[in-house]
Amino acid sequence: MMKIDRRSFLALGLGVAAGTALTPLPWKLTDDVSIWTQNWRWLPVPGDGDVTMEIGSCTLCPGGCGISVRKVGDRIVKIEGLPGHPVNDGGICALGISGTQLLYGGGRIKSPMKRSGERGQNKWSPISWDDAIAEVTTEIKKLVEAGKLESLACITGSDRGTTPLLFKRLLAVLGSPNFMTTSSMADSYSTVIRKMHGLSGAVDAGFDFENTGFVLSFGSGIVEGWGSPLRMIRTANDLKTKKVAMVQVEQRLSNTAAFTQALVAVKPGTEADLALGMAAVIVAENLHNASAVSGFAEFAAMLKQQFSPDAVSAKTGLKSTAIAELARKFADPANRSLAICGRGQGSAPGSMREFMAVHTLNALVGRVNTQGGVYAVQAPDYIDWAKDASMTAAITGKTRIDEAGVGAFAHTDSLLNRLPAKILAKGDSPVGLLLVSEANPVYTLAGTKQVMEAFKKIPYIVSFSTTMDETTALADIILPNHSYLERYQDIPVRAGLVKPLINLVKPVAAPQYDTQNAGDVVIKIAKALEAPVADAFPWENYEDCLAKTLGDKWEPMKEKGFWTDEAFVPSAGSSAFAFPAQLPDAPVLAGDEKAMALVLLPKESMRLWGGAVADLPFVLKTVPNTDLKGNQVVVEINPKTAASLGLADGKEALLTTASGSATVTVTFFEGIMEGVVAIPKGLGHTGSEKYIADKGVNTGDLIAPFEDPVSGMDAAFGTRASLKRA
Amino acid sequence: MEKETEHKPGKKYGMVIDLDKCTGCGSCMAACMAENNVPCKDDESNKLTSITWMRVYKLTNRKPFPETEICYIPRPCMHCGGKGDLGHSPCVSVCPATATDYDHGTGIVSQIYTRCFGCRYCMAACPYHARYFNWWDPIWPADLKKSLSPNVSPRMRGVVEKCSFCFHRYQLAMEKAYVEGRRDLEEGEYQTACTQACPSGAITFGDLNNPDHAVSTMKDDPNAFRLLERLQTNPKVYYISTRDWVRRAGDNYLKNEPTNSKPRVMGHHG
Repeated sequence: MMKIDRRSFLALGLGVAAGTALTPLPWKLTDDVSIWTQNWRWLPVPGDGDVTMEIGSCTLCPGGCGISVRKVGDRIVKIEGLPGHPVNDGGICALGISGTQLLYGGGRIKSPMKRSGERGQNKWSPISWDDAIAEVTTEIKKLVEAGKLESLACITGSDRGTTPLLFKRLLAVLGSPNFMTTSSMADSYSTVIRKMHGLSGAVDAGFDFENTGFVLSFGSGIVEGWGSPLRMIRTANDLKTKKVAMVQVEQRLSNTAAFTQALVAVKPGTEADLALGMAAVIVAENLHNASAVSGFAEFAAMLKQQFSPDAVSAKTGLKSTAIAELARKFADPANRSLAICGRGQGSAPGSMREFMAVHTLNALVGRVNTQGGVYAVQAPDYIDWAKDASMTAAITGKTRIDEAGVGAFAHTDSLLNRLPAKILAKGDSPVGLLLVSEANPVYTLAGTKQVMEAFKKIPYIVSFSTTMDETTALADIILPNHSYLERYQDIPVRAGLVKPLINLVKPVAAPQYDTQNAGDVVIKIAKALEAPVADAFPWENYEDCLAKTLGDKWEPMKEKGFWTDEAFVPSAGSSAFAFPAQLPDAPVLAGDEKAMALVLLPKESMRLWGGAVADLPFVLKTVPNTDLKGNQVVVEINPKTAASLGLADGKEALLTTASGSATVTVTFFEGIMEGVVAIPKGLGHTGSEKYIADKGVNTGDLIAPFEDPVSGMDAAFGTRASLKRA
Repeated sequence: MEKETEHKPGKKYGMVIDLDKCTGCGSCMAACMAENNVPCKDDESNKLTSITWMRVYKLTNRKPFPETEICYIPRPCMHCGGKGDLGHSPCVSVCPATATDYDHGTGIVSQIYTRCFGCRYCMAACPYHARYFNWWDPIWPADLKKSLSPNVSPRMRGVVEKCSFCFHRYQLAMEKAYVEGRRDLEEGEYQTACTQACPSGAITFGDLNNPDHAVSTMKDDPNAFRLLERLQTNPKVYYISTRDWVRRAGDNYLKNEPTNSKPRVMGHHG
């Protein structure tokens, strides 16, 4: 055995210690451990390739943003805002950014599908395009033979642009007037402008925010997606920088109210009363625009009788001095005021009482058809074939199933909300064959239970959807459209702009699956139906139709991504404004006031989208757990109200309305009025996409529709509710 | 190549975020996720495990209705420089594997995924909760792998990730500049994805050391503050708010302490 003396032992020990301290071995080992435990095959290594930027347009909301798409090879890796675009100038919202998750995601329908189980069982078998088109053509021919052409109906998201109008043309040539669209505040504004200015046709409200000096918003989500979301956020910031005052009338501290830092809290549903109370002060103090004429005397008398300061104060909960101050500020010509309405994002049409009151308030102080105010704007009129005889000859004099456009509802084009009741009435469904494109009414219409029942009664449903949404789940056959990144389409932007804007949806990606542009499919169906239907579709295909329709706009639009007219000056509303002698009644909140003492109000945000297009994964990830916790929706309530109901923060409760009930989680928020409960829209989706399916509840399940007496559209803004400890 | 005779001060990339402009829309969060191949899980409501390099927090003044006010505050990685910008970021100081390091040339705290073995010491050290751990392997269902950018490495389980100030964009911009015979970048040539996406223009990004870049003057705004400034992490993200309660929410103030007070405890570095 080796003999080691003390000195050698210590020297050796010190040597070992020094060597250990200086050795790179531990760090080399950790590095090796890291690398060799991360070498697995399944870790994706994204391929390289040539980087290109291409211009396109986003259709995920009606805002009309232009997008700049970054591609690596033929793969889209990022969607960004298009710098220089009139709406968004380089900015983009979370939903727009997430478009790649729609293009490449699991919700895509990859080929035409035929239902193979019971309706709603979600069993499908793929079929070829030839077979699919042949089947739909056969079903339409059956209607022709049975003389039931008016039972052919169509629902699209919008009625602007060539694609929806090709659907409308197909129906019109066959003899059906039943072309419907999903309604929104844009339609309410169109109705109010037609009614009060004596106008007809495609006329919209255009808001000249860029030149406004004072904004009075009746619940509109200015920075939460109202109108054209990106245009509004940019403009709101510009106004703030210019120190333009903005006042938000609402029941809670929404992001808009927080942004304006000026919340005027009124009792739910009394916004119109506030507007009319202000009008009463303006007239009483002679602050109105002297040039306001038609119907003024009766209007003034009505204000004096029904909207005295005390009456309005009692109704709204605001002090009469506050109402008077606000009225004087609004009427001051130096302020170049503008009042707007359409709650939240304006996805629900709202009540004519509110729209008429607010529009009247603007007219009263001369803020209609003037700089910085609201204009009546004629929509761009570039689709010549949409005005020819084929669109009217076979349907003149025919009544629509939804009874829009005549009698009481003369100023409204479409009343989809009236369809379920018509279908569920005794006898056969008046809709025999339904085409659905760019819309998801089974999810978006209020009174979901009745809507589902109605759709289940329709004998044959054809969906053109890109993704398996709630309405498509009830279809009999699916003819999947390309996504907006894979096709051409013209999109006239209908989002409160003053200058006309037509975006061009452009194929920035090759079709990923066996899908076809819905425009192409409609033309193919028309040609398969032969004369006289085929004769009304004289184009080779959709691109031919689009190129011919756009004429000399086609090439510049393909290059730029959009068309606009910078020199445009609105001239539509020069016709006189008629003051209303009476205003329609306010929508009634459903439910018994005693049993349900709370008011349930839906809330909309830029992070949780409640329209036809559901949140995509990136966007849903931004939703805070004060809106969605696990699989349960979270509702907002004032701590004082919660205390009176014995509810605890973060705990479950049972929310009940006249339409149904749901288990929810409760969150305390100081920024909401007492007695009011806020619930986010955009949840309660069904389907097989795990990131979103079966989470929360669809507000349409809890809130029933309320038919507006003037427009016929759904004017429901909320409902009575009770919240009990679970 | 020209011989450089002077040592130019390194770049110090930073951000100034105007909280009066932020609307809480969340575009910055989504833009960051799309730019940096951040995966999504089925349940993202558990915010302890949800990976969001950029996260928008919601502050409230806690006053009762109707005096309640809220403020949204986007929080990327602060790229702390430590005292004197010597690179003693809390996370860098504790990493046993040098997976995270301070780059003196740009001021950016890097994260090299293949060096990290997931001890999460850096997560414990970071006072801003800016670091996220991949508890599980990320899953890109359907054809979503096609949307992955080759400029940013996808991570796997066991690895910490965080905001990199879109460092890959810096690399690409520098490569382009080199090809064009330049060594300096214009302000617009290197911008982070969140800055680019913001619809309000609330985020401004640039070189804090460069007088031509907007951030260098914006950071001296009297209403500018940094989060937890008194920890002396020396973060590179400045916030501007005209509201005093928001500025106070940026640090742990005692009731009677004035806003923006100096640190009360001086470290041994003086």
